[in-house]
Amino acid sequence: MEHGMHAGEGAHPTTGTYLRVFGVLFIVTVIEVGVFYVPAFKAVLAPILLTLSALKFALVVMFYMHLKQDSKFFTFLFGGPLLLATAVMIGLLFLFGALVLGG
Amino acid sequence: MSHATSMGLDNRKMAFWAFIGSECLLFGSLISTYLVYKGHSVVGPYPHDILNIPLTSLSTFDLLASSLWMVLALAAVQRGDMKWTKIWLLGVALGGLIFLGFQAYEFTSFVREGLTLQRNLFGATFFVLTGTHGAHVAVGVLWMLTLWVQAMRGRLGPRNAITVEIAGLYWHFVDVVWIVIFTLVYLLQ
Repeated sequence: MEHGMHAGEGAHPTTGTYLRVFGVLFIVTVIEVGVFYVPAFKAVLAPILLTLSALKFALVVMFYMHLKQDSKFFTFLFGGPLLLATAVMIGLLFLFGALVLGG
Repeated sequence: MSHATSMGLDNRKMAFWAFIGSECLLFGSLISTYLVYKGHSVVGPYPHDILNIPLTSLSTFDLLASSLWMVLALAAVQRGDMKWTKIWLLGVALGGLIFLGFQAYEFTSFVREGLTLQRNLFGATFFVLTGTHGAHVAVGVLWMLTLWVQAMRGRLGPRNAITVEIAGLYWHFVDVVWIVIFTLVYLLQ
């Protein structure tokens, strides 16, 4: 069997969806760079940029990597290590004092 | 050779998702190292002295556009449109080469300004993190060119569109890693 639709694999998004997702990614990146240059946002720069970055990450993974349509097992294979990497990162930042609770 | 697993999933795709999971841990460790040592350099240049946001923003747009071309290549090969498959695959490779060109320019300008791997903690962690990412982009470019050659020889078509899909998974992963690096390294200085 060379290729066919396997179990758990839904139909991929249409070209229109791909273009709309790219439009959102482009606009969010413009906002990210814009926010970086506006002094008024300096106090809330980190939460804004992290939220926008997470949105872009999720859009690419869900629509371009097809996790929204594909088997949930692929989400588990990717999401498990991703959560572990994030937890290790946060743990190390606390351990080395780069993040301080209430600081 | 593709086989359905006992779960009914394509074995190559499953293996590749497991590989991408392991890559999350690799880049997680590199990003952690960068963040842990951030602000600990005792000599300059420091990130705010040297990072070029306009240039890096351009390379970010380039990588995002290449991700779009990648999914368009996949859509084309799945419907058997080999002309556009070849065009989009070549576009992805070109997008990757442009990104690498930006990175080569950035690295050489940093070295000229005194930032090297040995100079300070920022240099060491920055070059290792972004260099590892750049190496992944380079592998992706070679992969796209290999697929393009296969398409030119008539060895790529709807029957084996899964090979383009797996290459796409790799390319989009490289893109999402850059989304994180762009925010944590460049914008949150």
